[in-house]
Amino acid sequence: MRVNLTVNGRATAADDVWEGESLLYVLRERLGLPGAKNACEQGECGSCTVYLDGTPVCACLVAAGQAEGREVVTVEGLSRGDAPLPGAGPAHGDVSGEGLHEVQRAFLDAGAVQCGFCTPGLVVQAHALLAEADGVPSDADIREALAGNLCRCTGYEKILDAVRLAATRLGPPP
Amino acid sequence: MTTRLFGEPVQRREDPRLITGRGRYLDDLGAGALAAAFVRSPHAHARILDVDVSDALDVDGLVAIYTWEDLPGALAEPLPLLIPHPALTHGRTAYPLAREIVRHVGEPVVMVVARDRYLAEDACALIRVGYEVLKPVVGLEEAAGGAHLVHDDVPGNIGAHLVQEVPGPGGETAREAVDAAPHRLEFRLDVERSACTPLEGKGVYARWDADDASLRVYSSTQTSTSVRMAIAAKLGLPLPKVEVVAPDVGGGFGVKIVHPWPEEILVPWAARLLNRELKWTEDRREHFVSSSHERGQVQHVRVGFDDDGRLLGLEVEILHDHGAYTPYGIIVPIITSTQLLGPYKVGAYRVEFSSVYTNTVQVTPYRGAGRPQGVFCMERTMDKIAAYLGRDRTEVRAANFVQPDEFPYDQGLTFQDGRPLIYDSGDYPEALRMLKELIGWDSFPEEKARAAAEGRRIGIGVGCYVEGTGVGPYEGGHVQITSDGRVHVSTGLTSQGQGHETVFAQIAATELGVPIERVSVVTGDTRRFGYAVGTFASRAAVMSGNAIALACRKVREKALRIAAEALEADPRDLEITDGMVHVAGAPSASIPLATVAVLSNPLRYAFDEEAKRATQFAGPASDDRPPVAEGEEPGLEGRDYYSPVRSTFAAGMHAAIVETDPDTAEIRILRYAVVHDCGRLINPMIVEGQIHGGVAQGVGGALYEKMVYDEHGQLLNASFMDFLMPYATEIPRIETAHLETPSPLNPLGIKGAGEAGVIPVSAVLAAAIEDAEGIPIDRMPISPSDLHTLRRSR
Ligand code: FES
Ligand code: FES
Repeated sequence: MRVNLTVNGRATAADDVWEGESLLYVLRERLGLPGAKNACEQGECGSCTVYLDGTPVCACLVAAGQAEGREVVTVEGLSRGDAPLPGAGPAHGDVSGEGLHEVQRAFLDAGAVQCGFCTPGLVVQAHALLAEADGVPSDADIREALAGNLCRCTGYEKILDAVRLAATRLGPPP
Repeated sequence: MTTRLFGEPVQRREDPRLITGRGRYLDDLGAGALAAAFVRSPHAHARILDVDVSDALDVDGLVAIYTWEDLPGALAEPLPLLIPHPALTHGRTAYPLAREIVRHVGEPVVMVVARDRYLAEDACALIRVGYEVLKPVVGLEEAAGGAHLVHDDVPGNIGAHLVQEVPGPGGETAREAVDAAPHRLEFRLDVERSACTPLEGKGVYARWDADDASLRVYSSTQTSTSVRMAIAAKLGLPLPKVEVVAPDVGGGFGVKIVHPWPEEILVPWAARLLNRELKWTEDRREHFVSSSHERGQVQHVRVGFDDDGRLLGLEVEILHDHGAYTPYGIIVPIITSTQLLGPYKVGAYRVEFSSVYTNTVQVTPYRGAGRPQGVFCMERTMDKIAAYLGRDRTEVRAANFVQPDEFPYDQGLTFQDGRPLIYDSGDYPEALRMLKELIGWDSFPEEKARAAAEGRRIGIGVGCYVEGTGVGPYEGGHVQITSDGRVHVSTGLTSQGQGHETVFAQIAATELGVPIERVSVVTGDTRRFGYAVGTFASRAAVMSGNAIALACRKVREKALRIAAEALEADPRDLEITDGMVHVAGAPSASIPLATVAVLSNPLRYAFDEEAKRATQFAGPASDDRPPVAEGEEPGLEGRDYYSPVRSTFAAGMHAAIVETDPDTAEIRILRYAVVHDCGRLINPMIVEGQIHGGVAQGVGGALYEKMVYDEHGQLLNASFMDFLMPYATEIPRIETAHLETPSPLNPLGIKGAGEAGVIPVSAVLAAAIEDAEGIPIDRMPISPSDLHTLRRSR
């Protein structure tokens, strides 16, 4: 089947989609957006977190057909699209923070990334928390909001630091 | 502008791509490649009778199906036993695809290749394998009983048996010392299985170039150079025709140092045979049942000590669960046996272990690699001595410390690198002082009394460890400054999140006097650097860090020599600042490194403006000397290696305060404090991150994680739903303090930090729970229901 959806602001369509396919598979394999990661395919790790109509979801649990006509934003869509590719691969040493969203910049500044496999999901989840938050969320609120995202590397502390840092910089909502 | 970056919390240079979804992990590569999937054994122990593929042949998109019978030459042999040891008398490894017998649930039996993974899995589901089920051997002590065998030709299921013994100061054996001691204790400890569980599983993607007769393989590995050699050997290819690249890797923690995994040779083999790109990405269940586990041990301890709690003799007998195979030798129990000693002088010591086969997933190193069990043993021993004597637990530890003026200190054992266990440096009394201050050890009794008055139970615990880091044999580094002034650094070992692109760039920028923005680092790519060992055992910073520093020093020396000639100065008067070579104190007499790079390579052809300077008619040349002087090489580059005589020993001490719920037995960590000494810090932010992550894995291992096998050898919790890894809601804030006792063994004075955080956590939390509850805690992990059971049986 064909699935029509908007991804990162652009209307697009995926063809030959099989009914059992997940949104995660469509994004990664059919639309060339490997930012969202697959670490469990069970809704337990949050590595595949993307926005679906403004709500963060585990893309591995969303059937492709459910995304028909809806709007998806992935981690790739959070930074400005025309930004220079900062360090496009392990072989590129250039580091440039331009075009990053405040949440991403805070992850960079706080040292919240290690292997980075959980990071796309956590960035989207943290983005969602701060979009709703009124000021800097409490420690308990941050932990609760991120409690669907597994990270095996960082022990979470610097991720929490990043969320607080981003919240402070973003300031209270207008 | 300063170029001194060593020791600074420099932002990670790999992060911009990772936070924007532009990292490239194994499964992000190879769009359009064929996909492999595996039929794996559903039985823990069985004989394969037949494999019927007829139904699978109808699957549209099926490309190939392979069993062991199809494997040619060396590929049909058992996988290599990576680390042989004389005591491993019965080492056994698996075949890439099972031959006749399967020995654990998850062992690969059939490989299927299809157009995509969904189709490959469909075909797998239609393949019928006939099995004759054999008696599974599950449970460490049952296995050691030897009633049923995992391998027919391994009597008693004992793969290895090793005794190490150090006599006491008067020449007495440990048995004699314990028997003669004023006080004696005897007890048993248990540690259960856990696993590395990186968020990214394993994966392999292979491209055969038929025109070039060469193979490129991407693998989510901790050692690309060694995977390359294994592939070349197994496939009979000339080494220069094989390239292996580790792309971004989503965590390793030890499991990805094992190699070659069956898939790492099967996928390249099939890619070449089919002349098609082929990829396999491990799914979560596969990772649980077909990679590696660790930790499972039973320990019997006898200890003798004096009135001050000073150890006189220690005897430890260890049963070590090795699972079905021993591809990584007996490194884990060797580390347990040796690192058990921690920062202490134990008098006479005897340690004996038996490595036991069971019909479960194989055991290979998981971050900490046998140390958490060893430290659990020693620290529980310390606490039991303190309890017996009615002394403060930190006092008993202090009474046994190796003192700062006793380094180098020889423990008299053979370590995992085959070298003597000699501690190079440390300051254990100071570390303990700092830790007590950080956690408020001395004022805790009042805190505890106050809590008790409110009906709350809290307890405090402490744990110390020493970690041999930076094991050899060697690593290398290559540094090249190109004519655009950029610095290209490469090293052969791999990265799985440790921030190597950052710390190695810090080292190079500091050594060369260039801005870090100009430095780029490549790791784990055999196209760039072919000689390496790998990333494990907290060795990357020590080994490659020093190798890169040494390579930089060679390049610097050459740059100064060339610049001196151009500036008509003495090289000894030159310095490099911000990428400019200049006469000390006279910044106007200077030449950019970029130009030095141009001059370093005498040219015939000018391909750009800068290059003109190096061509033959550019300037006065000395007629009596070849353009490339004898003993010189063109280009501004250098390569060097670092190979230490032995490991360098990092150390640390942790303390925790926990609260246990009197009704629900829930265990909550109120505070967690770490004092850590890994010598000179390259990047404190990264070291802290390593510690935090290690502690979090330690908390998982202490309170939540275990592999639940039933009596049939089925792993009952092979998913993230059932195997409980800690989320942000489970991990407390971790308070850290650093102590820096530089290593005298290497030029940078550094020690490893990667594994440290995980090592003492089980010991610390057991101690704190014991303090809160007043019940001996001798088995980890401990869940609320375990604690509840302990309370009732008191
Ligand atoms: S992959 Fe979707 S939650 Fe884990
Ligand atoms: S950074 Fe590796 S899993 Fe989070």
